[in-house]
Amino acid sequence: MQRLKTAMIEKATALLTSGEVSKVLGWKKGELGFDVEPAVFTSVDSLVDFTYDAFCGANLSKYLVEESKKEGKILVFLKPCDSYSFNQLIKEHRIKKENVYTVGIECQGKVDPYKLKENGIEFVTDASETVDTVTVNGKEFKKEEIILGKCLTCTKKLLSYDDVISFNEKREPSLDRFEMVKKLEAMTADERYAFWKDQLSNCIRCNACRNVCPACTCTKCVFDNDNSGIASKANSDSFEEKMFHIIRAFHVAGRCTDCGECSRVCPQHIPLHLLNRKFISDIDRLYGEYQAGEDTESKGPLTNYTTGDVDPSDVFGGK
Amino acid sequence: MQEMNNEKKPLIVAFCCNWCSYAGADLAGSSRLSYPADVKIIRVPCSCRVNPMFILKAFQRGADGVIICGCHPGDCHYTTGNYYARRRMSLLFSMLDYLGIERERTRVEWVSAAEGAKFSAVMNDFAGKIAELGENKRLEDLRCKD
Ligand code: SF4
Ligand code: SF4
Repeated sequence: MQRLKTAMIEKATALLTSGEVSKVLGWKKGELGFDVEPAVFTSVDSLVDFTYDAFCGANLSKYLVEESKKEGKILVFLKPCDSYSFNQLIKEHRIKKENVYTVGIECQGKVDPYKLKENGIEFVTDASETVDTVTVNGKEFKKEEIILGKCLTCTKKLLSYDDVISFNEKREPSLDRFEMVKKLEAMTADERYAFWKDQLSNCIRCNACRNVCPACTCTKCVFDNDNSGIASKANSDSFEEKMFHIIRAFHVAGRCTDCGECSRVCPQHIPLHLLNRKFISDIDRLYGEYQAGEDTESKGPLTNYTTGDVDPSDVFGGK
Repeated sequence: MQEMNNEKKPLIVAFCCNWCSYAGADLAGSSRLSYPADVKIIRVPCSCRVNPMFILKAFQRGADGVIICGCHPGDCHYTTGNYYARRRMSLLFSMLDYLGIERERTRVEWVSAAEGAKFSAVMNDFAGKIAELGENKRLEDLRCKD
């Protein structure tokens, strides 16, 4: 995997030197090894901090909303999941595509720092990766044991780019992404209510899930409306908890690419993907399979209809 | 429980589109067809004007059931509004069910301007179902209740 990083740096250096791009959007090394963060590099010299390793879970596409509007062309590295978000943003006219040079990159699943901690690893001194394993501080893990939840179910492919850097076939996902949704659907309403109450009452309304989401790009958000009574404050009761989560998920319904960023960043480990995936599975079932971000032209399921769509009363199979 | 049912009648919020369902409600009135007094009608230009937040807010402010009425599919005054509303409401209601909120508390019905009788029948039926379910507890905001 070191080879991948070297090839990426070579690519960035070449494009910066030739002047084809004036900056590079990638990941920067952190202090503890696993805390890499998205960063913009504006010179060849600054690329010393550039990294690409098993910890680069963060989705870069949303940063392009701002960056692509600035002067000069930007090179961006997109993992398969990032590129679906990228396409969706192009479709929604949020990114100036002519200002972006896209390079698709190989991804074999990214490490979940919380799972590292569970294994007693608080910081990373050295790490290496193969398609199926990660070795951190000399300890080898199978990918299934250590990668992010979103990566365990990922079936995303490399889409179309200006360039691609990839040396290996992508590994197969080990889980079905709708498994837990189906389990919940099979429960009684009381059990589901208890499950969600338990989960959502942990929410501290930090808004991280919204801020990270590439589908949430409104400059004015309902949750920031000072008159709403819910802006910038913790949920004060169970109604507000549910409302925030229903509305957040609904606002991205049909546009959520299932990139998994919301669940990844939630400091309270709330399984937000289970809300998004409910909408995704309902859309697939009722209106035909649809993957947001797979292309840049098709109409989304909620901005479309057919005259024969099911009635809300028949959604559960009969009145 | 018995006591509570006696003193507290269910409150129902009905979002009715201006062109069909609101006129249907009018017709029900002028034809002297009865429907429960606890149905509070909110007129909206089109069923697709109903934002999911409106529905949640209605529950927050004490509604026990929320019904959305619009023109029959194909008859929308704005041609296609109710088709979009239909998809949105299907997904929203399914999500409420997923969170364990009684699925019978929300409903969509298509009522034309000529269907005064249907309007009254629908409201009576819905109010009956909501009365059976009792007070909305799972989407209530205690601060908004008296
Ligand atoms: S990131 Fe988690 S805790 Fe923060 S607002 Fe979202 S769900 Fe709540
Ligand atoms: S809702 Fe979550 S999974 Fe969906 S696009 Fe936003 S961050 Fe990604």
